[in-house]
Amino acid sequence: MRNPAWAVSLSRTGSSSLFWKNLKRHRSVYLLASISLVYFFIFKYVPIWNAQIAFKDFMALDGVLGSPWVGLQNFRDFVNSYYFWELIRNTVMYSIGKMLFSIPAAIFLSVSLYECRNYYLRKTVQTIAYLPHFLSWVIMYAILLAILSPSNGILNDVIKLLGGEPISFLTETKAFPWIVILSDTWKEMGWSAIIFLAALMGIDPSLFEAATVEGASAWQRVRFITLPSIRPVIVMVVLLRLGTILDAGFNQIFMLYSLPVYSVADIIDTWIYRQGLLEFRFGLATAVGLFKGLFGLILIVVSNKLIKRQTGSGLY
Amino acid sequence: MKSAIRLTNSDRLFHIIVNTCLLFILALFVIPIWSTITLSFRPNSFIGSALDGMLLAPWKWSTAAYKALLGHRAFITSTFNSFRIFIQGVATSLFLTVPLAYLLSIKGLPGRKVLYGLVLVPYLFNVGLIPNYLLVSKLGLVDHLAAVYLPGAISVYNTLIMKSFFEGIPEELKESARIDGASELTVLWKIILPLSKPILLTIGLYYGVHFWNDFFNAMLYLNDSALQPLPILLRNILLSSGMNEYVEVNAFGEAPIAAIKAASVLLAAIPMLVAYPFIQKYFVKGTMLGSVKG
Repeated sequence: MRNPAWAVSLSRTGSSSLFWKNLKRHRSVYLLASISLVYFFIFKYVPIWNAQIAFKDFMALDGVLGSPWVGLQNFRDFVNSYYFWELIRNTVMYSIGKMLFSIPAAIFLSVSLYECRNYYLRKTVQTIAYLPHFLSWVIMYAILLAILSPSNGILNDVIKLLGGEPISFLTETKAFPWIVILSDTWKEMGWSAIIFLAALMGIDPSLFEAATVEGASAWQRVRFITLPSIRPVIVMVVLLRLGTILDAGFNQIFMLYSLPVYSVADIIDTWIYRQGLLEFRFGLATAVGLFKGLFGLILIVVSNKLIKRQTGSGLY
Repeated sequence: MKSAIRLTNSDRLFHIIVNTCLLFILALFVIPIWSTITLSFRPNSFIGSALDGMLLAPWKWSTAAYKALLGHRAFITSTFNSFRIFIQGVATSLFLTVPLAYLLSIKGLPGRKVLYGLVLVPYLFNVGLIPNYLLVSKLGLVDHLAAVYLPGAISVYNTLIMKSFFEGIPEELKESARIDGASELTVLWKIILPLSKPILLTIGLYYGVHFWNDFFNAMLYLNDSALQPLPILLRNILLSSGMNEYVEVNAFGEAPIAAIKAASVLLAAIPMLVAYPFIQKYFVKGTMLGSVKG
């Protein structure tokens, strides 16, 4: 645009002239969004540029550009490290575990809400079940303490009443994974139910009328109308969750875990945090982050393809 | 709509079971919350099990834990910091998200496909913690409240929800304003935004809840204890065993440390609970919007 002759010559050539005219017309919108675009570039693309230190031996003094290249050394260190399989196993275990519990719980809740005819009961359950979604894991931790703490927890009280010994659940390697999975289910099941509830609201009521006229019982209506109707949504939710399988919930684990349970609690993200920011192995931590990012990219693209095939429209 | 149909016995049984299940689920949510509330009011003189504590009569409750917290300077400072992060964060986020979403929503925008791709790439490809940490440090944001909200001030997900809402506004409205000579800024300000109040509120709340709850960015970037927001203070209180500096909150030992812990998180949750009716109304709408977009 700075060279008028160049611009004029372009304007003579068909479709590109339309492009420039169009651009001129829309220049003000671009101008309007310029601050957002500059922000977006700095905060979303500079980190991608910084990610090159995954292939470098990063020294804070030399900076991103000045640090020496080491090829795939950081990746090799990670894959060969003692923790590699443990981290992958824990991460996948938590993602799959949470999925196996929270999706059926959410479906169960939404179908129960849909079938419930008592307005007040329905509204009360909805209101209180959505609430934990908005609580941070810091607050969740305090609630968990009120249940699980060996001295003040109600669960340990029940155990003592039954004649057992109090258990320090959060530092017990056998109990810890269950606490992570079940507390996440507790926190998110109400919120996850919303999408199923929305799908249920879309069922054609005449299906139920016809079924009732034919003599179907309430059980049969749930089994043969309600559940099959939300099947596509269930498939979509499962695929979406599979697409983010490497995100096992950093905030939760970070808040709940402690040294005694590292072996079953450590996930890729918590490891990146400790290696990078506590032990200052920036190159290694970035390599692991990049590994996770690339894997995540593949997963989400594949799951989006599958969702598109299933439902006709994808995430993006 | 289904109630016009006569109930059979098996249908009645079905509804009894459904209601029982819902009551069971309700109990599953109420018991932990109730036990946290009663724990926060537990008096120092209390002897007995946690179950007894849960059933303690309200007139025997003690507000000592709340008094200790509300009289504690660090608690006041961090509440103030949290509100600042909330307000500045939401304002900044909307200021940055709205124009981008508007730009993406314009049909026939030159370079729209490329732009859409450029917005999507960082969303799908997350390079992780360290590269972002290096950027924030390099920008000199360490020990500024902006370090908490600025890195997440545009969420691609929120932008796409807002974009699909803008796309739903009839083209004719915008076009007629443009023909009357309105600039793009005027179109956005006078036509789009007044029609977008529900989505602005929804997205504003999405951001707000996120910033209010964030402890990770605050932990990474705010070393100065005068800048700590609530989640950091809460975390320190919760992780303390009662034998370190957080005993000072409870200088006179009037409340059990467990009560202090419970009371601190409940106080931090109050603003969220006050906003909850709105949050519920608009968030649910927002979630629907997100799920039906195509």
